[in-house]
Amino acid sequence: MPSFEALVEVTLREGIADPEAAAMERSLPALGVSTVHGLRVGKSIRLTVDAPDEAAAHGVVTDLCRRFFTNPVLQDATVTIRVDS
Amino acid sequence: MTATVGVVVFPGSNCEHDVVEAIERIGGRARLVFHLENGLEGCDAVVLPGGFAHGDYLRPGAIARFSPVMEAVARFAADGGPVVGICNGFQVLTEAGLLPGALQKNAGLAFVCREVELVTVSARSALTAGVKPGTSVRVPINHFEGNFAIAPEDLRRVIDNDQVVVRYADNPNGSMGDIAGVSNEAGNVVGLMPHPERASHALLGSEDGNILLGALMRSAAAVRT
Repeated sequence: MPSFEALVEVTLREGIADPEAAAMERSLPALGVSTVHGLRVGKSIRLTVDAPDEAAAHGVVTDLCRRFFTNPVLQDATVTIRVDS
Repeated sequence: MTATVGVVVFPGSNCEHDVVEAIERIGGRARLVFHLENGLEGCDAVVLPGGFAHGDYLRPGAIARFSPVMEAVARFAADGGPVVGICNGFQVLTEAGLLPGALQKNAGLAFVCREVELVTVSARSALTAGVKPGTSVRVPINHFEGNFAIAPEDLRRVIDNDQVVVRYADNPNGSMGDIAGVSNEAGNVVGLMPHPERASHALLGSEDGNILLGALMRSAAAVRT
């Protein structure tokens, strides 16, 4: 069975306060940076899935996102799959 | 006969002995229940104590909810047994889907560790049964992720269903609706960020936690009979 590499990016849902990003953004002027804004902090998870095809791999990872990787009250996830080289 | 409280110990729990001590001080019995146990035999109530279950990896409570004991806790709750999650225990219960909402990082990113004033709201929950609504209690908080968040429509339902157990008099962490503790629809499962067991003796600065723990013991005794 082929293997697929997956990248899961977990981010806070729109409208959920992101105090960590806000704190980082507030520190930017001290670095002399005034052109950067809109920071959002998330978490990335890399994993390898054995599955018959890409769609099946995507299904397994999406199910894990819903049941484990995210708390749906607060977070969303995006899943990117690529064939393991 | 005195009711017995099972106090669950996850790897990383650190308030379990404080809870046992506080329960025994008010005349209850308590026993520690390791997270690998599959049952809650002999328990009339269950407390999930504070700490950092499974290191809080991924999210607080996200891994603890899959500990074997949580299936027994879910069955116990479904049968109407009183279940209380304190601090990290509250986070575990929301992750397990036994309570509505979630706990987010505190507004302002501050770790808050101090005594706060709480006001009781519901008088039917396992932790406030028989406590007059509007009762003020002083209990410590000690957390980084205690900012209660919930979808607006769910917040409305929680309020309308009398599921708000205690509110902060002066919101310390950004929690929606000033909610410090919430119950499930039936009222038998309660989670709260403040630590009643740390306000269980005059030497600790407050004995007000005993008002809540006393209500839990009454709830446990009521289920038992």
